[in-house]
Amino acid sequence: MKARTTAGGRVERAKKVRFTFDGRAYEGLAGDTLASALLANGVHLVGRSFKYHRPRGVLGAGAEEPNALITVIRDEARRTPNLRATQVELYDGLVAESQNRWPSLEFDVGAINSVFSPMLPAGFYNKTFMWPRSWWFKVYEPKIRAAAGLGVAATLPDPDTYAQQFVHCEVLVVGAGPAGLTAALSAASSGARVILCDEQSEMGGSLLSERNATIEGVPASEWIAKTLETLSANPRVRVLPRTTAFGYFPHNNIGLSERITDHLASPPTHLPRERLWQVRATEVVLATGGIERPLIFPGNDRPGVMLASAARTYANRYGVRVGERIAVLAGCDAAFEAALDLSAAGSTIAVIADARPAGSVDGPGILAAKAAGLRILPNATALGVTGKLRVTGVLLGIVGADGQVVSGETIACDAIVMSGGYTPSVHLHSQSRGKLSFDEALGAFVPSTTAERTRSAGFGRGVSGLMAALQDGAIIGAEAAAAAGFAGGSLTVTAQALDAALSGSPGALPQLAGPIPPAKAFIDFQNDVTTRDIALAQREGFESIEHIKRYTTTGMATDQGKTSGLNALGIVADSSNRRIAEVGLTTYRMPYTPVTFGAFAGPARGDQFDPVRRTPSHEWAVARGGVFEDVGNWKRTRFFPVGGEDMHAAVNRECVAVRSSVGMFDASTLGKIEVVGKDAAEFLNRFYVNNWSNLGVNRSRYGILCRDDGFVYDDGVIVRLAEDRFHVTTTTGGAARVFGMMEDYIQTEWHDLSVWITSTSEQWSVVAVQGPKARDVLAKLTTDIDLSAAALPHMGVARGHIGGVPTILMRVSFTGELGFEVNVPAEYGSALWEAIYAAGQEFGITPYGTEAMHVLRAEKGYIIVGQDTDGTLTPDDAGVAWAIGKTKRDFVGKSGMDRPALKAPGRKQLVGLLTDDPSVVLEEGAQVVLTPNQPIPFKMVGHVTSSYFSANLGRSIAMAVVAGGRAKMGETIYVAMPGGDIPVKVVSTVFYDPQGARLNV
Amino acid sequence: MLVIHCPYCGPRPEPEFAHGGQAHIARPQDPTTTTEDDLLQFLYLRENPRGLFRERWRHARGCGRFFNAIRDTTTDFFVTTYKVGERPELPGGAA
Ligand SMILES: [Zn+2]
Repeated sequence: MKARTTAGGRVERAKKVRFTFDGRAYEGLAGDTLASALLANGVHLVGRSFKYHRPRGVLGAGAEEPNALITVIRDEARRTPNLRATQVELYDGLVAESQNRWPSLEFDVGAINSVFSPMLPAGFYNKTFMWPRSWWFKVYEPKIRAAAGLGVAATLPDPDTYAQQFVHCEVLVVGAGPAGLTAALSAASSGARVILCDEQSEMGGSLLSERNATIEGVPASEWIAKTLETLSANPRVRVLPRTTAFGYFPHNNIGLSERITDHLASPPTHLPRERLWQVRATEVVLATGGIERPLIFPGNDRPGVMLASAARTYANRYGVRVGERIAVLAGCDAAFEAALDLSAAGSTIAVIADARPAGSVDGPGILAAKAAGLRILPNATALGVTGKLRVTGVLLGIVGADGQVVSGETIACDAIVMSGGYTPSVHLHSQSRGKLSFDEALGAFVPSTTAERTRSAGFGRGVSGLMAALQDGAIIGAEAAAAAGFAGGSLTVTAQALDAALSGSPGALPQLAGPIPPAKAFIDFQNDVTTRDIALAQREGFESIEHIKRYTTTGMATDQGKTSGLNALGIVADSSNRRIAEVGLTTYRMPYTPVTFGAFAGPARGDQFDPVRRTPSHEWAVARGGVFEDVGNWKRTRFFPVGGEDMHAAVNRECVAVRSSVGMFDASTLGKIEVVGKDAAEFLNRFYVNNWSNLGVNRSRYGILCRDDGFVYDDGVIVRLAEDRFHVTTTTGGAARVFGMMEDYIQTEWHDLSVWITSTSEQWSVVAVQGPKARDVLAKLTTDIDLSAAALPHMGVARGHIGGVPTILMRVSFTGELGFEVNVPAEYGSALWEAIYAAGQEFGITPYGTEAMHVLRAEKGYIIVGQDTDGTLTPDDAGVAWAIGKTKRDFVGKSGMDRPALKAPGRKQLVGLLTDDPSVVLEEGAQVVLTPNQPIPFKMVGHVTSSYFSANLGRSIAMAVVAGGRAKMGETIYVAMPGGDIPVKVVSTVFYDPQGARLNV
Repeated sequence: MLVIHCPYCGPRPEPEFAHGGQAHIARPQDPTTTTEDDLLQFLYLRENPRGLFRERWRHARGCGRFFNAIRDTTTDFFVTTYKVGERPELPGGAA
């Protein structure tokens, strides 16, 4: 650790920590970040840039870092790419790798892009990959995808757990720098519930990087410790370190991402890796501080070129010298303060080149630097750097009175630190739709009006100087608490610090005049955007900053303008002779820094991703090898294979068994709604198309539900249990939406009705027993229900017991056979299933699944709403107009379906189709045409809605919607398929037992 | 995630609610006198204003009640919520 100072800083010098970077072993100290530990070992080259693969070093010391993106690997399943080395806390055994290089960081083949860079200007992808269109998918996109992106994510499932928590507070303080700490203290002193979060491992923000600052007469670090003690002792305060406020959502809903175990060498297995907090705060205080801007000069991206604030942090907080001989480039007084601190850490300050003219008012930083005897060169700009994998020198130029730059001396150095001024971090304020205004004196945007109940404090709103920031935080914190109903909070605080001014002038440094600058001067390091790209975009006519952003990609991805935004604006403003305020600002997008997918998913993955609904026969079916399908959240048995049958064989056997003897089917998933009240029948009259007034008690009827536009929406059998009580069934998928629609009409349209509805889908289990032997099976299980045709005719309903269980027995059929649906309280469902199965053994009872159910109903032409209808079919189109109560004055959909267009001839109607070749099973969804061999495009007249092989009929059957279909009975039309048009005959939808004789036995 | 004030339950988070489209769309009462234009208005034509909008919500995962709200579509802030049958004035006396 050759670049480590001998004392000072916040690292624990006695605690050595071992780690590897690109396979090489290094040693750091407890309290280091990966970046500070690498720098302590003299390692500056940490990555390759995105587009040109240029060697890159550490630029910053925190969230703003655009270059030092690395992958941390715990094991193959725990690879986290694109982490900023400046935010990765070092732990013993940490394994990190650089990205975007092959075969090695020092020798990267991709750097050839840099040689060809004249071919990779702004908009390169947009311009080059336009033609031919077919090349997009085959050539360009795979190539671009392979070349784009930086780190590689793990391909194994994430083995870690992630927690999520919702929390309310009166005041949320984002950022625990000087203003955030006093805001939290003063807000908490009012008695308000306060949450204080900060993205760093330690609270203190910029105070952690101070060398000489004192607060309340003690060193800043001591004051931080005392403050945290006070806050932690208050039960109404929650302090969250390692927690990034990444997004500001409407109504003061702020997303926080807390990293819980990433900094631990051996994370305990009981802890989640991260926790996603969803905070609902009455008031928010944004004490987010600011970020230093780079200076824009040729070669400003070489390893060894760094923000002055970062170099200061490495010296003061981590005890690391970023160079032994350092050139300081000043566009802001803060550079002088940094020079003093770097000097104090033992580095030689080769020069302080001040880009600003001499003779302006000397701030405290400049005076102190002069007093320390540091060499200061005014009117100096940087024209280039020497060195490739690390800087070896800087070429300075002198700006004359006429603005022309003349070449000056080359100064040898192993690091260049720069300060272009500070930008308040207004990301969250901007995300909350707060407005910004340009502060000409500061040279940056600051918050102006707010949209949410939020306030900015400290440098986050442009207040500079330690004492001013502390006091601003105290006032804003008390204001926020008072606005939330907790008046009386206050705090007084005094402090002393050097307080260099943080203002600067965004834009590029003066450069040698000439048609093309000699080397690349980077604005956006992460996206490899140079001054030339911005100039090119402007030459090509892009004026709006939003367009320039997208064309050049500046400020996109994770940077979100942190280091690049204002400089890009400054350059655009300069070259278009506008003021920055006139150029405007692009939108700050969330997240502030990337958030892992795991945090968003939380526990909602694997089995927890979506709830599963299981039917009463589920375990029984699993035990017998039943094959399941998902129907909404339901697991339904699709078929019950026996002895190695495939689906086709199993379904054929099940279908034949139902028609020849008896089958049983779990129909529990049907939606069920109980409709009760003296106006229950009138409600159903108005709601369903059918007439319900004349339905007797213990009788049932097939009902059709339309929307008010006249199109079929749902269907199901409705039972009248009593004069004022109906049991309504809906389709499996329609249960919730039919219930919601009923509520809508009851609550908002028909206030005159006395009616209540209750969802009972989960209260009833239903077993359908279908087939000629169905009555014989149930007869064995009941003593109090008369099953005879006279006592219980088709659509009749009986109450009593089946297998000793209270039952509503409905004689209904979705197969066309003699059939019953046995409804019992849900808790008896699996017992009932087993009892019926046992009783049916002597008749060879066959459990059948949804596939056989579909075939059997199609043989009878019974529709499935949502399969044979698609939201554009009226009851007449679907062939169920017979259900409509003709004498009713009104019902939902009556006026809608009476519109002329919905009664016009030529509408698509549901018909049956039979292929000439009985072995050909049509494809559902295939298009129907009237004649074969048409010129393309064919005129489509409909499509196949249902198609099966019917074992009972020994041939294929299908239903389709066909324009004017019912007038085409007996005609041959065609189903268009890639392999040739298939001739089909239009027939009735009822393929089996058209007289319905088998129902009424 | 918005906070929505159910007139029956008070402030609750947005995931408990279902949006129900524009409010105060009257269903034609008498099919015998309902014209095609009435149906066009009732079934299909909806406003999409930039600014204040009267809209329906249902506290679907709470009390189940439908209610109405005035929301500013540019900010997502609610002016008020109110029960079916009520119709508070818009700020500034607009319709
Ligand atoms: Zn409610």
